[in-house]
Amino acid sequence: MASLEQEIYEFGQLDQMSYQDTPVHRLDPRAKVLTTLVFLVCVVSFDKYAVLPLLPFLVFPVAMASLGNIPGGFLLRKLLIVSPFAIVVGIFNPLLDQQTVFYLGSWGVSAGWISYLSILLRFTLTTLAALILIGTTSLTAICAGIERMGAPDVFATQLLFLYRYIFVLADEVLRMSRARALRSFGRKGMGIGVYSNMLGHLLLRTYARAQRIYLAMTCRGFDGHVRTMRTLHFAPRDALFTLGWSAVFVVFRLFNVPILIGQFITGLVS
Amino acid sequence: MSHHSIEARDLAFSYPDGTLALDGITFEITHGESVAIVGANGAGKSTLMMHLNGFLTPGSGSVRVGDVPVTKSTLPDIRRAIGTVFQDPDDQLFMPSVYEDVAFGPMNLGLPPDEVDARVVDALTQVDALHLKDRPPYRLSGGEKRAVAIATVLAMCPNALILDEPSSNLDPRARRRLIGLLSTFTHTKIIATHDLDLALALCERTIVMSSGRIAADERTSDIFANSELLDACGLERPLSMQGCPVCGTSA
Repeated sequence: MASLEQEIYEFGQLDQMSYQDTPVHRLDPRAKVLTTLVFLVCVVSFDKYAVLPLLPFLVFPVAMASLGNIPGGFLLRKLLIVSPFAIVVGIFNPLLDQQTVFYLGSWGVSAGWISYLSILLRFTLTTLAALILIGTTSLTAICAGIERMGAPDVFATQLLFLYRYIFVLADEVLRMSRARALRSFGRKGMGIGVYSNMLGHLLLRTYARAQRIYLAMTCRGFDGHVRTMRTLHFAPRDALFTLGWSAVFVVFRLFNVPILIGQFITGLVS
Repeated sequence: MSHHSIEARDLAFSYPDGTLALDGITFEITHGESVAIVGANGAGKSTLMMHLNGFLTPGSGSVRVGDVPVTKSTLPDIRRAIGTVFQDPDDQLFMPSVYEDVAFGPMNLGLPPDEVDARVVDALTQVDALHLKDRPPYRLSGGEKRAVAIATVLAMCPNALILDEPSSNLDPRARRRLIGLLSTFTHTKIIATHDLDLALALCERTIVMSSGRIAADERTSDIFANSELLDACGLERPLSMQGCPVCGTSA
């Protein structure tokens, strides 16, 4: 169970990082959300054999992480934890798509390997971007931001509550699984059946808590709309940030920058 | 509108499964009184509390706050007049930061922003928690959470406070601080608790409940001196009124 505890602890760490004060943290949440969105669209819209043109996009997460004081080791660890998904998704590509594209020494590299590499690279880029967005912007700010950008009120409120109570729920899960572990003496306990019971129990507890929270809210005059005092300022530098990065992403998307650089250098040499 | 007294008359309530939780409760609490509601587990304390702010509708009988009966149409006014502090602060602190949480009530009252700010600062200062205002609630200690939960209610400027087990899960010092804090409030207070010493320290009057009825409604000192009554209701004397466990002298 230690790994579960570790996970929850690290999630809390990411949350704490979002309360830092760096140039990246001070940006308007809308600027960061929009820029990340443009980044994601550009990255995922490449064709399936794209590898080289994706590489320049690494500039964005690297720059944001270093300016936003998000430790690289931490990001890589998080990336590894979710990587099995991407690894499994593309695992059959090299087997299914065996047409040889070019030779690396005597090894014929098949198209499948290239598309697999492309999947992994895209996974890395998109996950890093999401992690960095969360690590540099508190979720509250993100919610306020997307609400201002026209997302439905209900959606933003849901997200806010999800985030607030995920910590409470995680604590409950931990306590429950510790209680189970303590009485199962390193064995399987009573197998999978116990887990379904635990899940059902958690659901009931969550339901009861939701009711109490609602009572507490109506007690203080809740009428279906959460009012916040947060004032957001979309300053010129936020616009500059959004437009600047977006322009860079579009250039990366339209031109194969590594090839261009290669040509430029060979042009200089010859 | 005066909200200064709280009155229950012949209050009865049973849960949908048939459990009779309240069975003819009648009392009146006047302005500025501090009343403890004590009783064994399952005596009906929580159910009674849920009636006072209109979360449950009585099966028969009525609750009045000041000259207003508690009904659906008067609920917003009633809930503004009576602040409820829940047993689990995690239920009460649902906003992302302490400041926003305390501001939640005043904002819903439709107050202008500078008035909201003044109330938040004032409420947090009263519970000595102003330094916590930018922290997210899930990063507070138990005592801090409790203090902030009380502030969220104070910010509504209620006439009366209902507190459900205010001293549960607090360490001795946090509990002592809480008692000190509550004793400074001039509001009408209704405190449901198992902490009989807290009741003794804060409330001049105590209502003892037993299986949905009022077993006694007297001065706190009289109630805790009545061993027969306490025994019949599954209670004990407050620790401060029991003999010293080390030297054996009686209090």
